Amino acid sequence: MAYDRFVSHRAAVVSVFIMATLVIFVALSPFTARYGVNESVQAPPNYFLSPRANAWLGTDDIGRDLYSRLIYGVRVSLIIGIFSGLISVAIGCLIGSVAGFRGGRFDDVVMRVTDLFLAFPFLVTLLVMRNMIGGISWLKPITGELNSVRFIIVLFAIFGWMGVARIVRGQVLALKEREFIEAARAVGASRWYIVRRHLLPNSIGPIMVALTFSVVSAIISESTLAFFGYGPQAGDGATSLGILVGQAKGAVNTGFWHLALFPCLTLVVIALCINFIGDALRDATDPRLQRDA
Amino acid sequence: MLRYVLRRLAWAIPTLIFVTFLVYIALRIGTDPVASYKRINPRATKAKIAQYIEVNGLDPNYVRGYFRWLGNFVTLDWPRSIKGSREVWPQLKDALANTIRLGVAASSVGIVIGLGLGVFAALRPGGRRDVAVNTAAFVGISIPPYVSAILFQLLFAVYWSRWFGSTLFPTSGVYPPGQLGFDLGLMLKHMVLPTFVVAIQIIAVYSRYMRSSLLDVLNSEYMRTARSKGISEARVLFRHGLRNALIPVVTIAALDVGAIVGGLIITENVFSYPGMGKYFLSAFGEGDFPLLMPWMVIIVASTLFFNLLADISYAWLDPRIRLA
Repeated sequence: MAYDRFVSHRAAVVSVFIMATLVIFVALSPFTARYGVNESVQAPPNYFLSPRANAWLGTDDIGRDLYSRLIYGVRVSLIIGIFSGLISVAIGCLIGSVAGFRGGRFDDVVMRVTDLFLAFPFLVTLLVMRNMIGGISWLKPITGELNSVRFIIVLFAIFGWMGVARIVRGQVLALKEREFIEAARAVGASRWYIVRRHLLPNSIGPIMVALTFSVVSAIISESTLAFFGYGPQAGDGATSLGILVGQAKGAVNTGFWHLALFPCLTLVVIALCINFIGDALRDATDPRLQRDA
Repeated sequence: MLRYVLRRLAWAIPTLIFVTFLVYIALRIGTDPVASYKRINPRATKAKIAQYIEVNGLDPNYVRGYFRWLGNFVTLDWPRSIKGSREVWPQLKDALANTIRLGVAASSVGIVIGLGLGVFAALRPGGRRDVAVNTAAFVGISIPPYVSAILFQLLFAVYWSRWFGSTLFPTSGVYPPGQLGFDLGLMLKHMVLPTFVVAIQIIAVYSRYMRSSLLDVLNSEYMRTARSKGISEARVLFRHGLRNALIPVVTIAALDVGAIVGGLIITENVFSYPGMGKYFLSAFGEGDFPLLMPWMVIIVASTLFFNLLADISYAWLDPRIRLA
């Protein structure tokens, strides 16, 4: 039933195919990338080449193939997106379900904190928190260096759970008054059992939707941070989608359109595909929604 | 109603103090103001550094330091910036004025077009124009502002001049370099691209809100009642439909100011537009504590203000809500 509804969302099906192709390309980067991450295309002059046979999407300022670098960049961005998405969903489910189920003081505090963070301009919070977490020395073993990919994942996980917690809390609040929860309680099920066996499985639809949106927002946030020079510096010329989009800024006024266009397009396509998948998941798993059209 | 507003206002002040205290701690840990001062002014004497710590309230004890800073802040005895020791308020004032101008322009354009598109889509749910508006809004939400900014710059500034000989819209600043004094035409021309970059996001969000809100209203009982009274369809739509559909949208609009400011910060930087965003990023990059704190206070205060506005407008517009 849910599957049928998902498949009837045509854009989402196309998105699944595009994302699958992308993941395969990225996973098989030793075969699909034509050059190494730091390798130049040919002997100089090789910088700022426009797209051609030996560099399909052109080259950057020091002669590296943009097509290959996009593959390496998307790999880093997808890792960041998926890991921080999963971690934030795990934390968000835990905190959201406890807040919704227990209510009271804990619920109040969590929701106030969430409101506070979500009301603030996101980039400002992200930058200030980034520096603050980087400045606390006893967190170093968990977060790693300020410029590492691990740090970025931890940072996004610290933020990402809030949106998820809000969704899960709403779902739990709606579910906990239902008869089957009452029945479970009547036969003596513990709270933890009810959360684990009844509340979370029944919220799986919204949780999946929240997962897709946290993956997108992590990918976009990484690009935003990198765009302003606060992103991960993987070292050794390694790259991320954000770093490539950041280079686009410098390429605009000099008119090297390929350096601006292709990274931007890749980012938009990824964001759009995951958003479409999330939208279709919402339609498919929410029985109250009647799809118009 | 008045009592509710007054009570909320009374609560806003302790909230403001609490949140700025958190910001103060975050900035002190994150940017290390004393170290930044020494980095920017390597030849500062011990006495200068001690004075810097004193006027900025950078006491090792956070609570005492914060109240020291707060005392200076409310008596308008603001410390000077660490780089070049400039006055903070003139810079902040200019940045604020530029940002408000851009923000108001972008939100007006965005909300008018967004609401219009939302209504346009909701009148024929499931029709071709509904699908078109929805898809466009979806694409708009998925494009981060800096991406559209870069593509706009590439198209309207760089390639336009290659194809047609002159640039259509300038890509940076408020005025061309060397311009002195006020010139409305030039100013508007410089605002076109940033305005549309921010407006795209607003249009995408609001057309979706408006569509779903109007659809809810159109399916409600009182719409049928209104029709059954025999008044014209246009009157039903405007008097009963739109007015009720706007209630949730107004609330969301006020709550959404944080997101709009976020978009402005990013957009300003791509277009080198001297507003709050550029001010923040350059001050943050240098760890300029005297510049950062007043900026943060303005942002926190405006966030709280618009939150309050959202609640009040909701209660004021919707007679079903009673405030205790």
